Order: sequence, then structure tokens, then C-alpha cells
Amino acid sequence: MKAIVTVVGKDRVGIIAGVCTALADFNVNVLDISQTVMQGYFTMMMAVEVSGCSVPLAELVTRMDEIGRNMGLSIRVQREDIFEAMHRI
Amino acid sequence: MMNRNDILATQDMIDKRHLDIRTITMGISLLDCCDPDLEACCEKIYRKITRCAKNLVPVGEAIEKEFGIPIVNKRISVTPIAIVAGACETDSYVRIAQTLDAAAEACGVNFIGGFSALVQKGAAMGDWKLIHSIPEAMAATNRVCASVNVGSTKAGINMDAVAEMGRVIKKTAELTAHDDGLGCAKVVVFANAVEDNPFMAGAFHGVGEPECVLNVGVSGPGVVYHALQSVKGQPFDVVAETVKKTAFQITRMGQLVGKEASERLGIPFGIVDLSLAPTPAVGDSVARILEEMGLEVCGTHGTTAALALLNDAVKKGGVMASNHVGGLSGAFIPVSEDEGMIAAAESGVLCLDKLEAMTCVCSVGLDMIAVPGDTSAATISAIIADEAAIGMVNSKTTAVRIIPAPGKVVGDRVEMGGLLGSAPVMPVHEPSSEAFIARGGRIPAPLQSLKN
Repeated sequence: MKAIVTVVGKDRVGIIAGVCTALADFNVNVLDISQTVMQGYFTMMMAVEVSGCSVPLAELVTRMDEIGRNMGLSIRVQREDIFEAMHRI
Repeated sequence: MMNRNDILATQDMIDKRHLDIRTITMGISLLDCCDPDLEACCEKIYRKITRCAKNLVPVGEAIEKEFGIPIVNKRISVTPIAIVAGACETDSYVRIAQTLDAAAEACGVNFIGGFSALVQKGAAMGDWKLIHSIPEAMAATNRVCASVNVGSTKAGINMDAVAEMGRVIKKTAELTAHDDGLGCAKVVVFANAVEDNPFMAGAFHGVGEPECVLNVGVSGPGVVYHALQSVKGQPFDVVAETVKKTAFQITRMGQLVGKEASERLGIPFGIVDLSLAPTPAVGDSVARILEEMGLEVCGTHGTTAALALLNDAVKKGGVMASNHVGGLSGAFIPVSEDEGMIAAAESGVLCLDKLEAMTCVCSVGLDMIAVPGDTSAATISAIIADEAAIGMVNSKTTAVRIIPAPGKVVGDRVEMGGLLGSAPVMPVHEPSSEAFIARGGRIPAPLQSLKN
């Protein structure tokens, strides 16, 4: 099962490293990353594989949200299906 | 990977435009709970509901989390209680309403629908018992919703039931006077009621439905409103197309959530009800969509045409997005639950007569309307009769959910709280309909040809 991770916050050193380390700790594999910085704001979208995730997806959502808060970021994990359903026929 | 803009667009709809799944509603058949002994019947009902729906709320919450989309309500609808309780040796079904209330509380759902009777052509013993139990049942419970179908295109209008419902609504208001007649917000009078409606207060699980089924109601007035802001001044062809595309996207979300939830619950997926259901929150209003089409205030001339376009475009967009579309599907126009409708009613532009005209083209009817506390039962019955006639002749569902707020007069406001919002008390016509309602009997079913 794939999920989309969206990370938004003020840019600084180590955001990707921090997020990827956290995901690795949950055994989540990163498949694709698209990242940009606009007017000092960091925006990243990642496609990840959560089939091997060490915790249930709902818990991953909560934990990544907490980790994001500690890092001063918004980290959102959502199943990819929601975007597929809305934008692809 | 998914297109970056698509991801942002979806998140934007959820975060800023109030996109949500309004309800996942589990329909449960109670036909196997019939018993001549009232207590035994209640016991069977409680057991069956709590067994079937025990996972409804946890499953809903897990899906909310995983998809990142709010599922605002998790609800239950059951077989019309007038049918289930028909065999019970009792004169009052209040005890059954209390059982439904307890079962709903045990399952963690906020409303349970199905304290209902279908009497469009005539009422059986159980139907009358149910109708007479409504006021006390509404006062004695918090989560139970009642509905009575008084007319249909095939059967005509049961005017005896219409007359009785006027009195029932008045009595319900009196018994819940301490809450401004809040009990009436849980009572709907229908014509052409549908069997798979997931929205309250009118949801019930029809006898043509399976043992257990999951129906989904989507929402999204805010998303449609926002989409229309990008086509200001353009012709109606463009407006209709924009609404269709947006409705498609909203409905796809409902289809996805419904499919996922029904799989996890191990029950069949029924329908998606693709309704634009407003809330009192700013930016989640159907009235504001109509105003965005170019009307200064909702309720002015042109409102019915705007609503007709909206209602039709929502259906057209949604139909392709879902395997099975059902329920009420269209645009709801509840006054108290829609920030723009409240403002329009308070300004005096939106009146009861205009709302009635709007119900000819919207998905349901006169919904969540507060009228003065001294409005007579006959006047309420006459309002119901008018609304049922619109439904009967136009082969559509119509409904009346009206609150004669005790002690309130025109200009006052009735606060109902939460999603029910607050309603300005609207004036009704003073001249009497007493003799009209006193006739009783049945208005014959209309001709279905020679349509002009």
C-alpha cells in the first residue's frame, strides 16, 4: 500500500534527513520525492510504501504528526488512494 | 508519483473548503426482532444493533485517519419501527425508542433513524401507535430520529396522517419546550420517502434493503462555492460544467470511503448519496453558492432557477463517480444549518413561500424551519400538505422538518447547537387552513400523463 507524505514548514538544515530517518524507523520505504523551497517555505511530497510499516497506518499518521510538531513542521501521511480517486478516472 | 498540484488541491479542499464525508450510515434490518412481548422485542433490537454496528465507529475513525479526510457522522438506520413493533402487545412505542437510544449510545453514534411509519395510503394499527408515540419518544431520547411518509406519487396524500402530524409536531414542541422545541428537529414528514437515505433525520432502512448495508453521504458546498469563484461572470454552461466536475471529485471521495468501510465491516456497500449538505460554518453554505451565481441575497428572484441548475449539475457530476447513487442526492436547503440561509432569512428576503418554490427543484424540502410558537397544528398540517403535493406531482422526495418554537415570535432566534445550527423564526400566513385540514381522507394520486 502506498501513501503520500506531505511536509510543509520553514526551511532549515536537516528536514529531509529528519523526516527520512523517522520513516526509516517505522520501516517505511521512500519511493519518490518532490521537494521545493518557496519564499523560505519548505514543501516536500513523498510517495512511500507502507506495506512493511512496523505500526498500523493510523498510528503512523499520529506519530509522524507528533514528530512534525517537534520539528516545527506539518507532516501529513495519507493513503494514496484518496488522490487517485479524486483526480484519475 | 501523483501530480503535486492534485495532492495540494485535495488537501486544500479538506483544510480550507470544508470537504468531508458527512456520514457513513449503517442500515440494519430489524425484521427478525418482531415479538408480541414488548420487552423481548426491545431486547432483540438492542442485541442486533449493538452486534451489527459495534465496529462502525472504530472503522470510521481508522479510515478518517488513514485517508486524512473527516467523516463527520457515523450513524445507524433501522427498519421502520411501525413494522417491527406491529406485533407487540402495547399501546406505546416509547420503550422501543428508548431502546434505540441506548443502542445508539452503546455504539457511539450520534443519531439513529427509523422510528418511522409509511402511511401514504393508509395507516395500520402499528403506524398509528408509532405516530402517537412520537412526541413522548422525542422528549425521552436524544439520538432517535422519527419520520413519517404521508404521501407518494403512486398513492396520493393521506390527509388524515397529514392532519395528525400537525398535532404531533405541536405536541413534540411542547414536550421539548425547555429546548425551544428541539424535539421537532428530529421529526421529518415525507412524501416519496426513499429507503436508502443516509442523512438524518429522515434515514430509515427500507424493507427492500438487505440485512445490513452501508450508505454514504458526501458533502462539499464549500468546494463548489470556491470552484464557482473562479468562473465569475461566465455563462451558465460554464457554471453547470464547473459544478459537475466538482461534484464528480467529491463523490469519488464518498465512493472510496464507502467501499473501504463496507469491506472492513464485512457488509455490502449500498449507495453514495451525493448531496450538498451545508453546515452552519462560514464557507460551507448552499445559499452562498446560489449568491455566487449572481444573486445579491438568496431568496430573491432567480433563486429557484439557480437552485435548479445546481441540483441537476450535482447529480450529473456525481452519477459517473459512483457505482450506485441513491438516497436524496442533490442540494439540501435547511435554513438553520446553512449560514447563508440564516442570513437571508434574517434579512427578510428569504421567506417561507420562496423556500417552498425552491423545494420544487431541490433534493428534499422545507427543512429546519422555525415558525412562531403559536402557529396552529392546522397551519403546520397545511404546510405539510403543500409540500407533499409538490413531491407527489413532481415525482420527487419532499419533506417538512419544522419547529413551532414555544413562546417564540417572528424575529426571535432558535438555537439548536452543533450541526443543527440556529434558525430565525419565520412568519407564516395568518388566515386559517383549519377547515381544509379537518376534511381528512385522501388526495388521489395524480395523473402521470398529459403533463403540462
